[in-house]
Amino acid sequence: MEPMSALSIQGLWKRFGTKIAVAGVDLEVPAGSFYGLVGPNGAGKTTTLSMATGLLRPDFGRVLVRGQDLWADPPAVKAGLGVLPDGVRLFDRLTGAQLVTYAGLLRGLDRDTVRDRTADLLRTFDLTADADTLVVDYSAGMTKKIGLACALVHAPRVLVLDEPFEAVDPVSAANIRDILSAYAAGGGTVVVSSHVMDLVQRMCDHVAVIAGGHVLAQGTVDQVRGDASLEDRFVELVGGRRTEGALAWLRTSSD
Amino acid sequence: MVAHLVRLKLTLLRNGLRRSVWKVVALLLSVLYALFLLGLAVVGLVALGAHDDPELSRTVVVLAGALLVAGWWLLPLVAFGVDSTLDPERFQLFAIRRRHLLTGLTLAGLVGVPGAATLVLGGASALAWWREPAALLAGLVGGALGVAACVIGSRAFTTMLAPLVGGRRFREVAAVLAIVPLMLLGPLLLGATAGLQAVADALPEVGVVVGWTPLGAPWALAADVQDGAWLAALGKLAVSGATLAVLVGVWDRALSAALVRSPGGAGHVARSEGLGFFARFPATPTGAVAARSLTYWLRDPRYAAAVAVVPVMVLLLWFVGRGGGLLLGAGVVVAFVMGWSLSADISYDDTAFWTHVAAPVDGRVDRAGRALAGMLVGGAVVLATDLLVLGVSGRWDATVPVLGMSLGVLAVGVGASSIYSARLVYPVPKPGDNPFSTPQGSSLAVMLTQSLGMLLLLVVCLPAVGLGIAAVVTGHPLLQVLTLLVGLGSGAAALVVGVRVGGGLYDRRAPELLQTIRSFA
Repeated sequence: MEPMSALSIQGLWKRFGTKIAVAGVDLEVPAGSFYGLVGPNGAGKTTTLSMATGLLRPDFGRVLVRGQDLWADPPAVKAGLGVLPDGVRLFDRLTGAQLVTYAGLLRGLDRDTVRDRTADLLRTFDLTADADTLVVDYSAGMTKKIGLACALVHAPRVLVLDEPFEAVDPVSAANIRDILSAYAAGGGTVVVSSHVMDLVQRMCDHVAVIAGGHVLAQGTVDQVRGDASLEDRFVELVGGRRTEGALAWLRTSSD
Repeated sequence: MVAHLVRLKLTLLRNGLRRSVWKVVALLLSVLYALFLLGLAVVGLVALGAHDDPELSRTVVVLAGALLVAGWWLLPLVAFGVDSTLDPERFQLFAIRRRHLLTGLTLAGLVGVPGAATLVLGGASALAWWREPAALLAGLVGGALGVAACVIGSRAFTTMLAPLVGGRRFREVAAVLAIVPLMLLGPLLLGATAGLQAVADALPEVGVVVGWTPLGAPWALAADVQDGAWLAALGKLAVSGATLAVLVGVWDRALSAALVRSPGGAGHVARSEGLGFFARFPATPTGAVAARSLTYWLRDPRYAAAVAVVPVMVLLLWFVGRGGGLLLGAGVVVAFVMGWSLSADISYDDTAFWTHVAAPVDGRVDRAGRALAGMLVGGAVVLATDLLVLGVSGRWDATVPVLGMSLGVLAVGVGASSIYSARLVYPVPKPGDNPFSTPQGSSLAVMLTQSLGMLLLLVVCLPAVGLGIAAVVTGHPLLQVLTLLVGLGSGAAALVVGVRVGGGLYDRRAPELLQTIRSFA
């Protein structure tokens, strides 16, 4: 028997006005995998992940989280999900410590657990010195890290992170990568979206390429990339590379 | 280049209109309104000219003109926010001569309803002297100078103060602080005009003095020509010219500074020790939502703006009621405003609302937490207002009905808002924006649903308020007790129904609310 997928996305569709953002996306994320979702700008990554985490209602399709239908019973299923969306605000008038505490209390954790985990998370993400600073005054990278801390505070079994490495400095990114790898090794499942192919190739064991609202390829990283690098394979799948005669005048414009 | 800038402004205006039919309707309405006011002004000015009373003409034109200029200079700083479509910092990367940028931005400032109306008004001001060709000509020159002072002054002030206004702390605090005296201006004028004939008698002298200031000089030019006071007219011309020269100089320097300034810039970093309300409320989801809401009531100026209107209400009722029994209603009015202000709660969260959708927060928990915070803040403000007006008017005998009415109305308002805000979100100033700025895309449809909601709220409040008025007027003990019972009873019922119905709506529609909020961005 096939092992149960941690996250199974079946035939998702979403239309905004006249634009079809996601057109029949199917994804199988095996339990314990570190799953990369890559695609060009406007491919439908964020829309897909929003629907997979219960933030956006799909027009058609099903989302199963560890076998349970998310949209049939959101409260029960969302409890096992940790989410970091991209391009949204946080309650940034709270301090970093308050924000993580808030996320923990909303998830129903008791006071002592929240206090201990908040302190742990702030230390891990190197934010202890800024625990009492309002999040609105954080840098972009610090904001990503505090958002990640909020997604982890209730110890979810499945993590869905939209662009978690954007604007994060290299040292912090390496730390986050270690945390996520250890988490996946311990049986947790991580789904990340990213633009950075190198990162996905090194970090993830599974990958899906998505463009124009469709899944172009999915499987283990080695299956998808074959002999080429993931970046070359991605460009080949998505297309759109221009090399001939582009901006020829630019080369003669200096001096 | 100048033509380019004006065309850019027109294109921005047109594209803004394309986004929504309601915006076109709103523009048409504001044009009609402006035409109506302009018509009135022109008729008034022609009548003024026919009346042949030079002193009256001078007083009216100079004072109205000075108010117009002051409005152009000061209002963008506090009330409407700065017109950011042609923010000079957006031209940083283009190679445009500063002289062209100055001229272009000045002319572009005239595009739009307020600019066009001011232009027409400036020209029309000369009509007050239509019987005297020389004064008419002087009026046209003065009008042109006045309009230039309006537009250039507005640009100069906003560009000069932009770095200050751009700082988060300043913008938030100043906007709230500055708006209060502005709102009080109305009642103060009302009190002055209603009570003091002496002020009316003094107006002509005020007009003469204001005529020598930068605000009034352009508008006084024609009056001096009419009087044959050529030396004075020359003086007014000099004052106007000097004002414009100084404004252009200030703007030019501010603009060159703005064009090389790096965006953003580090300001003061806000800190807050410990967990604040989160440590004091029960460690449950409801307690957490309430603690978060209370923190925002204290830290987010958009909420403070709702409280800022409280002193205005009290003073307004005091002026209108001339210190009589009407003042006792201040607590009720404040309760109504504070209760209804909660109807924008999810809209104020902006996209941070995703935290509640992802957790997921149960509908009743979300509603109850927010209502609790609203009742705590609103209750404190309403009680303080009640005690103040009872003490000032010395009507301690009316304590019971006044408390019953105001607390009842507050609770009913919070209950109604709990349903409204779970059903509808609408564009509000974003977190960190000027709390009094008008957000993009706010429309007539929003105004309609808001008015309808408030109307329904009024109907539910009616029994308690009716009883309360009767109790205060007659002083009958039975009516007093009845007011307290009906007020608190209807309030409690509204809270329970609001949290239940609002919670049910919320559970069904939370992702849709989030999607709507994201579409505003």
